[in-house]
Amino acid sequence: MDFKMRLTPKEIEILEGKHGETLKKALKSVVLYGETFGAEELVDITGPVHLVTSFGIPILEPVFDMMEELISEGLLTKEKFTVDPRPIDYENVKANLLEKIVFKIMYGKQKEYESQLKKVGLKDDNSFTCTCYLPEVGNIPKRGDILSWAESSAVVYANSVIGARTNRNSGIIELLSGIVGKTPKFGFLTDGGRRAKWLIELKTSFLPNPQVLGSAIGMKVMEDVPYIAGLDRFLGNNLSDDVKDYLKDMGAASASNGAVGLYHVENLTPEAVDFKRELLLKDYNTYIIDDSEIERIIKSYPLMWKSKDAKPSLCFIGCPHLSLNQLKNWTEKISKELEKRGNKKLKVNTILCAAPDVIEEFKKDSKNYEKLISSGVKLTYICPLMYMNNPLCSKKAVITNSNKLRTYSTARFYTDDEILNYIF
Amino acid sequence: MTYIIKIYFVTCHMGGTFIKRGDSMAKIFKGRVVLPGNIKGEAVVSHSGVNILASFQKSALKKAKKVVCADQNNSELYGKVLTDKIMCLPKTIGSTTGGMVLESVAKLNIAPSAMLFSEHIDSLAAAGVILTDVWVNKRIITIDKLGDEFLEYVKTGQTIEIKEDGTVIVE
Repeated sequence: MDFKMRLTPKEIEILEGKHGETLKKALKSVVLYGETFGAEELVDITGPVHLVTSFGIPILEPVFDMMEELISEGLLTKEKFTVDPRPIDYENVKANLLEKIVFKIMYGKQKEYESQLKKVGLKDDNSFTCTCYLPEVGNIPKRGDILSWAESSAVVYANSVIGARTNRNSGIIELLSGIVGKTPKFGFLTDGGRRAKWLIELKTSFLPNPQVLGSAIGMKVMEDVPYIAGLDRFLGNNLSDDVKDYLKDMGAASASNGAVGLYHVENLTPEAVDFKRELLLKDYNTYIIDDSEIERIIKSYPLMWKSKDAKPSLCFIGCPHLSLNQLKNWTEKISKELEKRGNKKLKVNTILCAAPDVIEEFKKDSKNYEKLISSGVKLTYICPLMYMNNPLCSKKAVITNSNKLRTYSTARFYTDDEILNYIF
Repeated sequence: MTYIIKIYFVTCHMGGTFIKRGDSMAKIFKGRVVLPGNIKGEAVVSHSGVNILASFQKSALKKAKKVVCADQNNSELYGKVLTDKIMCLPKTIGSTTGGMVLESVAKLNIAPSAMLFSEHIDSLAAAGVILTDVWVNKRIITIDKLGDEFLEYVKTGQTIEIKEDGTVIVE
């Protein structure tokens, strides 16, 4: 087969099958994928590997077959990898008998799939999170690293906040790239692909909720790169833990409500600090966000509940997974509110989601951990999206502060303050 | 199979080219070849992005003999058979599992025979058709960049002929 891409002698050898049929198929998939997007060459992956497909849904049989083939050929990713969250945690996210039957059908191959993941390079049993870049998890790229990631919230964080370079790839392509150690050079891997088509002028009188600001930006620019001006008025120019949390949630909302894979924040994110408005393309568009625009965006969210007046039965906080800093902040907010209201427990079953490593670290602070758990809050490592993605759970009146969860499920979005009002 | 096209007159209109085939008119569009092939089949058209997971998952789970689109949010495709059809769409949307579900339905021999994109193919669909081709050894003929005019012109139920150079003839 003729390839349009410029290939090295070693790559040609692999594509000729001289290093085995399976490695040939892995590289061929990556090359064809790259050619579709106009890539002229492959480049070495220089940073960590992270996979999006973490769930053993039986319909993904060809994926399990491919994994078996990789394993039988002894093919592993060049670096140990992390993967998105597990779908089930019955200890902390209860399910009735019917729901358990549904989960058993949906994720019936979970055990086998996790065993396959271990054999191709999974880091460890705790490596299931969408926030692999957090310090407690430790799968952290450096600025300028070349990656091949697919988890949209991680892609936008790595590109924007860290300054690494990854395209918004598809599942499995990122695994095969991790195996061959190479990824096609196009899009966000090039300087030109990182320039902004949109200037976002933030003119609000207050710091907008990050999930709403990200949603507004995503819905306007879709897959284009925005350059956000005016946010540094509120966030300053230091990437503190609070600021990184804000950018994590804003990015995830922009990536799910639109398809943003990279944003720049004036005077704050690394490339915006270095190159300033030179990052803007010549004929950029402008989108002004003021107080009324934020209000309009919130009002535009459809309510997907069957009974519009239903009382919330479940609340998910942490999509993407919460950082340690956010876990501490939520513990503080919930405890204060309980004290203020004279309640002992929450009225709504409230579940905070975070990476297993983050939860372990949080548990070391036994005072805070006890404070949170005694309020009735559950702490889990699951992906709430995977919990909601079935006909039974999607009928529940679920509330969330996540715009990503709202977009991909029937959950109703509320701001953090509103959530605090509803769960007591 | 040899197919003789009788061209009586040609005129350019809306980005495609009209030809006369027998007693009726057909319109030719040219796109970019992602995965080549020659085929003739029936069109199913969606003017909005197609959610592959939502459309195919139910039939794949049941290991059905045909895929019946189960995406209630897509009124144009919902309830329609997609197996062996030529899907005409702008792009795919939704979960990153979508591409992998295409592999699954291909393995069950119930995939669409071709996918014709009016826009540049998106990463989910690209991965889906390429992984299907390489790992399942089944081809879903794929052409992209056919233009908005293609999607405006083509209707569900029309016969489409695809040629390996990216020519798409809508009868």
